[in-house]
Parts: sequence; structure tokens; C-alpha cells
Amino acid sequence: MKLKAGIYWGAGCGGCDVAVLDVHEKILVVAEKMDLLFWPIALDFKYKDVEAMDDGYLDIAMFNGGIRNSENEEIAKLLRKKSKTMVALGSCAHIGGLISMANFHTKETIMSRVYLESESTDNPDSVLPLEKWNGGKEELELPRFHQMVKTLDQVVDVDYYIPGCPPVPDQIVSALSQVWEGTLPEKGSVIGAGTRTLCDECPRIKEEKTITSFKRTVEIIPDSEKCLLEQGLLCLGPVTREGCGARCINSNVPCRGCYGPLEGVHDQGAKMLSALASVLEPKEEKEIDELIGQIADPLRTFYRFSAAASILRRKKV
Amino acid sequence: MAVRIGVYICHCGTNIAGKVDIAKVVEFAKGLENVSLVKDYKFMCSDPGQALLQKDVEDGLIDRVVVASCSPLMHENTFRKATERGGLNPYLFTMANIREQCSWVHIDSGQTTDKAKDLIAAAVRRAFLLEPLTKREVPINPRTVVIGGGIAGIQAALDLAEAGKKVVLVEREPSIGGHMSKFDKTFPTLDCSACILTPRMVSVGQHANIELMTYSEVEEVSGFVGNFNIRVRKKARYVDSELCNGCGACWEKCPGTRVPRKGNVHEKLSLGPTTPIYMPFMQAVPAIPVIDTETCLYFKDDKHACGLCAKECERGAIDYEMKDEIVEFEVGNIIIATGFQTFDPSVIKRYGYGEIENVMTALEFEIMNCASGSTGGKILKADGGVPGSIGIIHCVGSRDKHYHDYCSRVCCMYSLKYSHLIKEKTDAEVYEFYIDMRCFGKGYEEFYDRLLTEDVRFVRGKVAEVTDVPTCKAEEGKLIVKVEDTLIGNVRRIPLDMVILSTGLEGHATLREIAKKCSVSVGQDGFLIEKHPKLGPVSTATDGVFIAGACQSPKDIPDTVAQASAASSAVLSMITREKIEIESATAEVDEDKCSGCKLCNTLCPYLAVKFDEEKGVSVVNQALCKGCGTCVAGCPSGAISAKHFEDRQIFAEIEGIFSGL
Amino acid sequence: MSFEPKIVGFLCNWCSYTGADLAGTARIKYSPNLRSIRVMCSGRIEPTFILKALYEGADGVLIAGCHPGDCHYQEGNYKALRRHRMLRMILPGFGIEPERVRLEWVAASEGERFATIVDEFTEEIRSLGPLKVRDSLEMVLSEDVILNLDTAMEEGGDANEA
Ligand SMILES: Cc1cc2nc3c(=O)[nH]c(=O)nc-3n(C[C@H](O)[C@H](O)[C@H](O)COP(=O)(O)OP(=O)(O)OC[C@H]3O[C@@H](n4cnc5c(N)ncnc54)[C@H](O)[C@@H]3O)c2cc1C
Ligand code: SF4
Ligand code: SF4
Ligand code: FES
Repeated sequence: MKLKAGIYWGAGCGGCDVAVLDVHEKILVVAEKMDLLFWPIALDFKYKDVEAMDDGYLDIAMFNGGIRNSENEEIAKLLRKKSKTMVALGSCAHIGGLISMANFHTKETIMSRVYLESESTDNPDSVLPLEKWNGGKEELELPRFHQMVKTLDQVVDVDYYIPGCPPVPDQIVSALSQVWEGTLPEKGSVIGAGTRTLCDECPRIKEEKTITSFKRTVEIIPDSEKCLLEQGLLCLGPVTREGCGARCINSNVPCRGCYGPLEGVHDQGAKMLSALASVLEPKEEKEIDELIGQIADPLRTFYRFSAAASILRRKKV
Repeated sequence: MAVRIGVYICHCGTNIAGKVDIAKVVEFAKGLENVSLVKDYKFMCSDPGQALLQKDVEDGLIDRVVVASCSPLMHENTFRKATERGGLNPYLFTMANIREQCSWVHIDSGQTTDKAKDLIAAAVRRAFLLEPLTKREVPINPRTVVIGGGIAGIQAALDLAEAGKKVVLVEREPSIGGHMSKFDKTFPTLDCSACILTPRMVSVGQHANIELMTYSEVEEVSGFVGNFNIRVRKKARYVDSELCNGCGACWEKCPGTRVPRKGNVHEKLSLGPTTPIYMPFMQAVPAIPVIDTETCLYFKDDKHACGLCAKECERGAIDYEMKDEIVEFEVGNIIIATGFQTFDPSVIKRYGYGEIENVMTALEFEIMNCASGSTGGKILKADGGVPGSIGIIHCVGSRDKHYHDYCSRVCCMYSLKYSHLIKEKTDAEVYEFYIDMRCFGKGYEEFYDRLLTEDVRFVRGKVAEVTDVPTCKAEEGKLIVKVEDTLIGNVRRIPLDMVILSTGLEGHATLREIAKKCSVSVGQDGFLIEKHPKLGPVSTATDGVFIAGACQSPKDIPDTVAQASAASSAVLSMITREKIEIESATAEVDEDKCSGCKLCNTLCPYLAVKFDEEKGVSVVNQALCKGCGTCVAGCPSGAISAKHFEDRQIFAEIEGIFSGL
Repeated sequence: MSFEPKIVGFLCNWCSYTGADLAGTARIKYSPNLRSIRVMCSGRIEPTFILKALYEGADGVLIAGCHPGDCHYQEGNYKALRRHRMLRMILPGFGIEPERVRLEWVAASEGERFATIVDEFTEEIRSLGPLKVRDSLEMVLSEDVILNLDTAMEEGGDANEA
């Protein structure tokens, strides 16, 4: 019997949906094993079609994107109800993703920046998004933009996580095959990824580390054989789960952390900070400050993908 | 099975009960999750108090113990033992400090009681997650290895051997003796160095408890306190030490030479024979020569034409085919006594060492002055003439921010010794160029006073330059020392026949290697770091590794010998214990999680974290780890856990503190 | 009732915890606002612990270790120092004043100093006011905060800067 599946795109760039398409000819294998009953980006189903399903009707729902507005949250809850297995697909659903850097701002500043202040905005009447509109025949209720981005498991119970921004297509297929082959691990596991951090997968030569300076990627052409961190580039590989095939590393670009931390690491950013601070050379406050002052935008470097899943979750208001 | 925690609240007479509302705290503790019994008692640390807890454990009522009383630094051990007597692993016990950091330091009874509650809640949550740990005791192998056979190593080895303990003494050079064997006289008493050193060297050579390995180097040290495994490379001497009787027939006939044939007196300085087959000096122990393959004619030429020494040796001891030998043995403790090297003054170009004739180092002067050396103890210029004037420059490489910041401690004194010896042997005028005279030891200031009456000219000032370019007739053919005489406030040019550079002491170029092998650290000054600068001068951060002599810091012979005896008695006290308990709460790497990033590899002060190339993961040597947890906080994979201080245990404590909110 | 800050302390066993005990033995009185957690060395203290404490309800966190050069394990305190300096950099991004996390060196003999530090720190936190990370988070999550352009304007710079 074919599995009944749904895919949904919450708050995000849509890259995860594209990654599903990027499995290329393997989509045929997927199509053979699964019936896609809901996939707004590709197929014309409506929310009401899902609402009409019996609870637990879908075998699997894959939710990509974070929870940014009331619509994301509503559909997440709906899909949870209608499916047996709920999978968070991609960094945003998994750990908040890039979009959760918005948690370092309030809703108000975001609105004002986007609709009033940005250089390309022309909004002389200061029109802002509304939640209700009755300009037409009947009153319309529009999604409410929430105060913060949440991960999928902060709103519903999640069974599995497929990490990545976006997840590597092959890993999506291999994770799905675990579903139809019935080889899924314990609930709550990360699938379609490795069990160690990226350094394990990274082909570069690693030595003992003592960091004396930080560089930005634009400043140097790194030696492609040596550990990037040892060359002063802030690579998040040590604190990021492997499984991507070291895509960035192989392009001579440091890891930015999209696959998230390993189990047992409570805060990806803080853990990286702790590890990194351990191997800095200076011992005097002044020299330490000089060195760490070279890190461009430390907050968003350490929490590029995981702000929503961090211990503090957002900027306190 | 559910965890059952027993909470015991101590009144400590009125020390706690006078401020903390015990009844309220008991009530509070009863309400905490997983707590199955709560008791309070006047003095928990008293015998009946301990028995209370012990009995409840014995009766199987509880399987975790929390005592809220004084500081763990006071009674953690007491209650751990009581827990253990009850039949539970002692690490399933934890404490809440409601006296030192609570009842004794706060005024308001309500707030103090609230704080006590929070601390108990934290301890209870922690207790829930505690894991049993095994106590680890290791036996101490009574044998010791002493690395380095200078006066420090000799003293330490003899002390241990005399106490009836086995010692292996490993010396890199062909003979033991170290620097002291190069001196003719020692300050301040002017004892004949050979007279006091040689008998000790001979005892080392003959002692039944000492196994001497000269011309040997430690290749690898593994293991941990009480149980080290040492691998030594015995370099090929090409002379069979079983057969050789040290007669000297070989070097007497040897046609080669280790010193330049055309060299001047200073370049030819040597204590022993200058032939390729040689003994470093005549009193060498063991009295067995070695062949220097770099200069030996047999080795130099492919046809091996020479071979004269083999023909001369009646006992057939010469063996050109000899190979390096690797030996392995086990010891319980290690004493590092590898001494120092002297500063190389050729880097200070303005002093002209190596460029200008008659500028020599202190060590070269010692050899020239030695009665058994190549000049027969005569003080000569490079051309063989007798010097009419000699300058001694202090602090060469020491107390100088370009080289070493520290004071080398012995240079002032040996410089004074030189002045005295020169005055004794020649009619030369002597100048001492000093910054400060540092004569701090017993009899040292007195020695200086004595020199002040021996017609030595003391010039206070740092020498700017030594040159052989004259500016007037009187300077022609002389060395000119340019110096600011700070006592008269003038720059002077002093023409002299010879200049001795009082070079400082520095850590061996190879000290880092041996230090790394033994898991001890080298400080910024280039010397080994002791455990504590005041209270632990002979031990190191690594248990079972001790240090003695000038490898720890520059020192004179009396201090060296004192430290050597201290190190040997520290070792003896270890050996007498027979067993030693090692830390149970160590760090451990989860090999399934470690990515091999090597971030942790530099973090451990005891070098306990090493990379296992084969497995591609880092591992913590359980015997070396002291459980500080630094590497744990440094591992980005969360692959290292700190036993007894796990993340989840600390998280639980934090949650406990706020659970009452 | 006046605001009584709650402060979590992470003290290294050898110097700082001993110093804190000494304050007790000497019966020096200080503010009851600190709750300490003992670790073997300040080098064990992870930024994660501090964030966790702030999240759970701490208004301030005190990290204390041996003076530089005195760490029982040689260099753990330098690691603590570097972690602290880095943590300070990111705290404002989370809306937390860096002053709320303080690092101090306390020797085993410095009972008096320990008491003074706790008193001073308590007063500093008192003047900063309650932190309430969790309450704030719950308020935000309840979504009853209404789009308010006036506050948005006040906070204007925030969009470009952490
Ligand atoms: C020019 C000069 C004059 C001095 N005159 C005096 C004086 O008159 N009176 C006085 O009290 N002090 C004097 N001193 C100081 C004295 O030399 C030292 O106090 C003493 O030599 C220190 O002894 P030691 O055993 O620690 O080191 P060393 O004498 O340096 O002995 C160390 C030994 O270890 C060996 N070794 C090194 N590395 C290894 C290794 N990896 N494996 C195996 N073996 C190794 C070396 O070959 C050497 O034999 C003088 C020093 C100098 C430089
Ligand atoms: S830091 Fe952690 S992951 Fe990296 S080598 Fe050490 S134990 Fe392994
Ligand atoms: S816990 Fe400390 S002593 Fe143990 S291995 Fe880690 S750094 Fe070394
Ligand atoms: S033991 Fe106190 S800071 Fe390391």
C-alpha cells in the first residue's frame, strides 16, 4: 500500500520544497511509494481538503519553514492532527533557521523597517499590514504576524527532524526510505544526517588549535587542505551535525551551522562560543577583547540558524 | 525502579537551627519530587548522626543521600564514607551547604530559610541524576627512573638507592657528571669539583641498586603514577662495555681528531682525548669510550680502511657493527633532572663571540682552567700567550628583555670565582663588568668581600660593545670593551687581552620534548613548571613526575642538591604508601560522538587528552585526568562528559534553585 | 515588597568556594541573594549554564575562580575569562545587560572580599531591576502584544544593530 503524505511550506524561503524537487529522477521512486495528498507549492489542494481528512489519515506530514504567523501555526496543528508521523524538514522547522534571526528584533521594529523605513520603500501614507479587512463583500481575516519565530516542535509534537538549509536531496530520499521501509529510529531523532559533527566528514587536515586572529571569508583565500578554523575563519563545523557532505567546506567556505547541534548540546551558539573561547591564545582581558573584536557580528554568526532553538529563544522585550 | 532520596537536615547545634527554620525546611523537603524520607538531627556528623543515614541505606529505604549541613569541604568525605558503609556507592551522596554559605552569613531568618530551601531543592535534583563511580587505587611500582645524570640526578639516584630502592639513571651523554664535571673549583668554598663529585659518580656506577644507562635517551613514557612504562634508546657506543676496561690504548693510537687541527688554543679546548674514540673526561663514569662516527676515519670512508683502534684493543671490545638498542622497563615514579644549557652569546653580535679571537664563554674558561684539560689548567690567550688583562662581562643573555628576563643566579658568583682564579694563576689585571652584584647564598657575600681586597676592578655598567677596532695607539692589538661606568658617569673604552662572557643558564633546547613525554609543562622562561612555586617545588602537575636541579630554574650546586634530595624523599613517600587513590570523577570521551576536531587537544593541563590516530577520536587518559572539566566545556560535540559534574546534573541544580518560585 | 534579586553563583572548588566558606567561618554577613553551585574549576563553567540560569529565573550570574596564575588546574580560569568576555558580546543581542553576568577572582583567603562582591553585585542587580526572561517570553508567546508603531519608532535603531 502506498503511503499517504503531505508537504507544507511554513515561514521560509521555499528552498526545502525545491530540495524535494531536486531529488530529480528519484522523485519517481518517491512517487511509487507515496501518494502526495497535499503540497501547496506543486499541487492544487486546499486547506479544506485536509480539514476533511480523518485524524491520522496521512501517514506522514513534512513541514518545512518556521512558525512565523498564525497561518503557519494553524496549519502545523492541522497537519499534526491529520498525520501519524510529523517530520520537521529543514533548518527553519528544525531549529528556527535563518528567519529566526528575526527573534533578535521585535515585531514592531521589523514592521517599521520593512514597511516604513527601508531604502526602497515608498509608503507615504504609512500603510501597514492589517489583520482584518472589510473592503470587499465580507470581512476578511488575514494571518497575524507573530512576535517571534518558533520551531515546529515549539508548537506541535514532532516525530522526526531532517535538518539542513536546505536538506541535501539525497538525504531527504534516504530519510523517506526509512519511512517506507519501517526502519525509523526512536521518536524525536534526527534522520537524514550523521551522528557526529561536520569535522568527522570534513576532509581537511586538522591539527591542534590555537587561534590568534579572526578573518572574514572576503579577506583571505583559505588553504583548501587545512582546517578553516585554524586559518582564522569562523567555521561552525565543530558544533554542527554532519550529513550535508561538507558542501560548504568543499567550496572552501566555512560551515554556517545549518544542520544544527548534536543531541545533548543545548545551545548551538553558546557551545561554539565555549569551544572557541577555549582555544584562543590571549590570557589578558585587553588582548582577548581585541581578538574577539575581530569577529564580525558574533551574535548572528553563532546563532545564524539556531536562534529560535536557543535557550533564551529571543531578544528579551 | 523509582529513585528514593533521603534528605538529612543538620541543626549543627544552633549553628544552623538558630537561623534556619528547620521545621519549615523539613516540610519543604518532604514535598520535593523523589524524596522518600526527610530527617533532621542535632549533629549529623556525630556518630549517631552518621548511623542514622547509614541505617536507612542499609535498610534499603533510600538509594540516594542528601545531607544539608556544613560545607562539603568540611564533611563530604565523612558522609560519603557513611553512605558507603550503608552499602551504597559513595558518589550517590551529595551535600547542601546551609551553614558556611547560609546560616552563618545572613541576618534575616526568613531569607536564610528560603535560601536553605533552594539549596536543598538543588541538591535533591542533583542527587536524582547522580551516577555511581568506582574508586580507583593503583599500586606504586617501587622502582624509579631518574632522567639526567648531572649532580641533581646523581644525588637523587644515590638517595633512593641508599634507601634500598631500585633506580634506573638515564644519561644522554657518554658519562654522568653534567656541568659540574667541567669545573675545576666551585664557588664560594673553592672546593675541588672533581674531588667532591668523582666519589659520587663512582658510587652511582657501582651501586647494586642503580642501573646506569649512559649515552641513552628516553624515547617514550606511557602510563601514569605508580605505573609508568619507559622506553629508552641506548645509542651505539661501538665499544662493548662488558669487555672494555678503560685502558685508553685505543685513543692513544687513534689518528683522527674531533677538534680542528689548525685551531688555536681556545678552539682546541677539551677535557678528555680529542680523538674520535674518546672519553669525555678522564674521571668518566662509566670509564668506557665512545666513537664519534662523524669524525671517525673508519666510518668516514666507505672502505673502512682505518680500524686501528680495533687492532689496538687487546680485549677486542671495539665493535663497529654495534646498533642502537631499545630497552623497556617499568617504574612507579619519574624524576626529571636534565639540567640546563648555557646561553649562546653569538646572537649578541656586538660582543663579537665567534668573530673576534679571545672572546670566550664561561664554560670554555672553566675547561681551560681545569687541571686535567687541554691547557693543563693554564690560562692562555688564543695564540698561547699569557694574558696581561682580562675582562669578565656579567649577565650575558640574562636580565635582558631581548633574551631572558630572569637572573641566572650563578653568574655573579662564578665570575668572582674566575677573578680569584685568574689572580691566583696569573698577574693579569681583572675587570668585572656588572649590573648588580647578586651574592645571596651562604658565604657568598663574604666571598665578594674577599674579592674586593684582591685588586679586581669592578665596573658597574652594561657593556655596550666588544671590538678589536682601535681608535688610538694603546688600543692596538687589544680587545676594547666599551662600557658606561655608571658609578663615575662616564663612557669608557677599556683595552684588554681577553674577554669572558658570563653566559646565563637556560632550559635545554630539548627540554620541551622530554617534558611532553612526561606530561609536564615548560613555562615562559623555558624551564619546567613545578606544581606550586612555593609549596610544591619538586612535584609537578602530573602525579608521579618530580623535578630536581637546574631544569626547574637556574640554581647553584647547593640548591640543586637540596632539591634533588627533596625529590627523592617525595618519591620515597610515594613508594612507602604502596598504593595511591586516583581521581574517580574524571572526564570521558564518547567515541561515538567525537568528530576528531582536535579542539580539546590543547586544553588539558595534564596532557591527558590525546588524539588516537587509529580511531580518529580523542581519548582521555583516565589515570592522568584530574577532573577539572575544562575539556568538557571545550568540546563542541558534547562528546566529553565530566563524571559527577555532568551537564544534566548542573542543569538540574539550576532548575532546583528556581523550583520553589 | 522590594525587589530581592536572585543570583546564581558558579564557584570553583579550590579558591572561590573555599573563600566563600571562609566568609562563613569568619561570620561575615552579606546579602542572602546568592545561590552557589560548586564546580571543580571555573574552566568547567559553560556559557550554556549561564544562559540556563538566566532562563530559569536568575537576575544575575556570578562566576568565580582562582586568581590568574593560581588555578588549581593551572589554566582553567583563563578559559573561563575568555568564555566570559565572549558571552558578554552576545548578551545584549538577547536583551540582557552584560553587567548581569559577572566574573570575579576570589582566593581561598578572601572571605571578606567574597562577601563584598556578593553585596555589591546584589545591589547592582537590584538597580538593574528584575530580569524575568521567562515571563517576558510567555508574554510574547501569548501574542497579546499589539502592533504599536510608537514603540517601534523609539526602538528604531534596533533593526540595524544588535
Ligand atoms: C660556567 C658555570 C660555572 C658554574 N660554577 C658553579 C660553582 O662554582 N658552584 C656552584 O654551586 N654552581 C656552579 N654552577 C651551577 C651548576 O653548574 C649547576 O648548579 C649544576 O650543574 C646543576 O646541576 P644539574 O644536575 O641540575 O644540571 P646539569 O649539570 O646540567 O646536568 C644535567 C644532566 O642531564 C643530562 N641530560 C639532559 N637532557 C637529558 C635527556 N633528555 N636525557 C638524559 N639526560 C639528559 C645532561 O647531559 C647532564 O648530564 C656553574 C654554572 C655554570 C654555567
Ligand atoms: S573536542 Fe570533542 S569532538 Fe573534538 S576531538 Fe575533542 S572530544 Fe572529539
Ligand atoms: S577534565 Fe581536566 S584534567 Fe581531565 S582530561 Fe579534561 S582538561 Fe584534563
Ligand atoms: S581551580 Fe579555581 S579556577 Fe581552576
